Amino acid sequence: MHHVVLDRWSRGRSFLHHRDARAKVLALLAFLIIVATTPPGSNAAAAGYGAFLLAAALLAGLPAGGVLWRGAVVLPFSAAFAAMSLFAGDNIRAIALLEKSYLSALAVVIVVGTTPMPELLRGLESLGVPRFLLLVVQFLYRYLFVISEQAQHMRVAAGARGTASTLAVFRRWRLRAAAGAISVLFARSYSRAEGIYRAMAARGFRGHISLLAAKRFRWQDVAFLVASVVVPAAVRIALGAGGGWPR
Amino acid sequence: MAPLIEVKDLRFRYPDGTPALNGIDFRLYLGETVALLGANGSGKTTFVLHLNGILQGEGLVSVCGMQLSKETLPDIRRKVGLVFQEADEQLFMPTVLDDVTFGLLNLGISPEEAATQGREALARVGMEGAGGKAPYHLSAGEKRRVALAGVLVMRPEILILDEPTTYLDPPGQRNLLELLRELPQAKIVVTHSTTLALAVSQRAVFFQKGKIAGEGVTEEIIQRFQWDARQPCRGIHGG
Amino acid sequence: MHIPDGFLSTSVWATMSAATVPSVAYMVRRAQREVEEARVPLLGVMGAFVFAAQMINFPVGIGTTGHLIGSAVLAYTLGPAAASVVMTAILAIQALVFQDGGLLALGANVFNMAVAGVLAAYLPYHYWGAGRWRKAAIFSGAALSVLTGALLALAQLRFSGVAMPGAVVWVSLGLFTVNALLEGGITLAVMQSLEALNPGWLRKPAASGRTAMGVLLTAAVLLVGAGVLFAASDPDGIEKLAENLGIASHARTLLETPLGGYEIQYLSSGWLRKATAGLAGLALIYGACVVFGKLIARRRSA
Repeated sequence: MHHVVLDRWSRGRSFLHHRDARAKVLALLAFLIIVATTPPGSNAAAAGYGAFLLAAALLAGLPAGGVLWRGAVVLPFSAAFAAMSLFAGDNIRAIALLEKSYLSALAVVIVVGTTPMPELLRGLESLGVPRFLLLVVQFLYRYLFVISEQAQHMRVAAGARGTASTLAVFRRWRLRAAAGAISVLFARSYSRAEGIYRAMAARGFRGHISLLAAKRFRWQDVAFLVASVVVPAAVRIALGAGGGWPR
Repeated sequence: MAPLIEVKDLRFRYPDGTPALNGIDFRLYLGETVALLGANGSGKTTFVLHLNGILQGEGLVSVCGMQLSKETLPDIRRKVGLVFQEADEQLFMPTVLDDVTFGLLNLGISPEEAATQGREALARVGMEGAGGKAPYHLSAGEKRRVALAGVLVMRPEILILDEPTTYLDPPGQRNLLELLRELPQAKIVVTHSTTLALAVSQRAVFFQKGKIAGEGVTEEIIQRFQWDARQPCRGIHGG
Repeated sequence: MHIPDGFLSTSVWATMSAATVPSVAYMVRRAQREVEEARVPLLGVMGAFVFAAQMINFPVGIGTTGHLIGSAVLAYTLGPAAASVVMTAILAIQALVFQDGGLLALGANVFNMAVAGVLAAYLPYHYWGAGRWRKAAIFSGAALSVLTGALLALAQLRFSGVAMPGAVVWVSLGLFTVNALLEGGITLAVMQSLEALNPGWLRKPAASGRTAMGVLLTAAVLLVGAGVLFAASDPDGIEKLAENLGIASHARTLLETPLGGYEIQYLSSGWLRKATAGLAGLALIYGACVVFGKLIARRRSA
């Protein structure tokens, strides 16, 4: 499954993997803003951003092909809108839509692919995101795979009994069957949540989930953050449309 | 010798009124391992959930001389370590080390100290170096070991294991058995596996419809209730 | 529809984020009051459930299938605040791990689906979920949640200047309507099936009686959605209207953004201004977050 791959990447070792999650999140936001505010038609700047991201991916030891492929998930959506801009005669914007959405997705893939989810969530917590929300995200991520697998089994089981054929015409009982499957999945998820709660209670849970201490922000993190803001900004100024200064 | 766990006339009904436990008397002594046998739905799991106060019915439950109540609950939960059947439900934290230290952090132990003790517990179950892993990257046997580490780290006096060998392949079962034998705690093992029951327990208690139908030497109990998957040969034509 | 990064103009994503942060903070606070931290696993697992439920196909017509989106099911079982938090968590995971929706666009996406979508789903249920209109309430709530989210997303894209020929807008509207009806049907089937398994899973709707209020609120949600879309697809029309009323200057600042309005004079460069506005927006959001967090913390400890 998709997220398992990203998760495996995130447990590697490299300069980028070792950076503090906060530094990576801030660098990511800065990069996204720089890309978002680049005027359409800055193809040279887009190439520069791409080179920057590729360098980051290589530095992190991530498989370049895999990163490019994963980011490409956004392209169908972007292509549809780019086509519309093209029809409207605005081919500069069409290209910009593709470039910006792809570059942004790549940047997210690289950061998430070098930061284990627990670290990322801890980083976000110390940046002020509500803890309650992050705990929900944490449990969601933990059980995403478990419950999806269950749904997958149910789908296979249904398929084995011939109900998953998409060619058959609509029948009311099949809608019922699918709704029933979802209810069963709901019931299992619910009882799983009860089981988790019991396991928490059995180990002395008293209403507050404590976490191990977050990492310390070190000088390498500061250097990384500065570099990853300055480089794309420099690219933006040097290569952006009209030499980076507004038309 | 005073029993570690003493239960007298324990009764419990589910919220919908279905009776689940119907007058259970039970004792567990220092150093022994007891197997709880019985059909699905006979009340074994419901019973062990009472031993550290997750469920609370009528009757008396006392652990190490403390009667179970709101005041003694935190202490009792520390003394009684419960390893659940569903390892995926037991390992709810994002990484193995987070999970193993969960109980310690609840006790108010400092994160640094908890991490040290957590690593020790992982080494104890043969999972050293797995602290940074995510639970879903573990095999069934590894999950079981980590779950055990998360309980052992609390230094319980009593270990309760609910179906510890489900989902484990035979070598995995063997490893777990060896590990259990090495642990000094008194144990209660809920299981359908007669192999496991015979291997770890001297005494067995047989549950039937929320009551204890019999107890005694494990081998005898298994024979008395014909609790073995292998049937004696009766011939295929009856008679 | 999850908007990726690179589509929304700085003013739009910054405004939407500025609107979303306090809304989510409020929802989190409410959910926290309703759900103790012990129940956090339930919310996370329910989020995972919605993810997984989306894998189960429903037969729609000849040869096509649809799937559940889920905000309505969450709202009817967990209540609106918790449902909103769970949807936010889902969208965050989708953006981070699945590249489904952008990170700068997360504010907009969360607003569309986790805030407006969940509220739109819950309103009819809240007011008519108990009486004889129950089925209709469940159906229309679910349909409304999809429609509201989609209309808002479409409007945001239009405001950002993404070109969409009129025909495309109409076709999308048609598709959204089909999707909305589908979500209504699926949600109704799922809710009936859940109720048969265990009625305790469904949240009790408020006793009906404040029908007028319900009509008003539901209509408001729809009107806002439609109005925003109209404004976005025909900004000239709105401006003409505004000029006629003599409030053009006000309307323009309202329609643009709180930040777009603040000209940073000494920065003559357009992109620097935009970037600064973006950063300022982010700083503002961050500040709001921190202040909100502090306030909540103080209130809780008090």
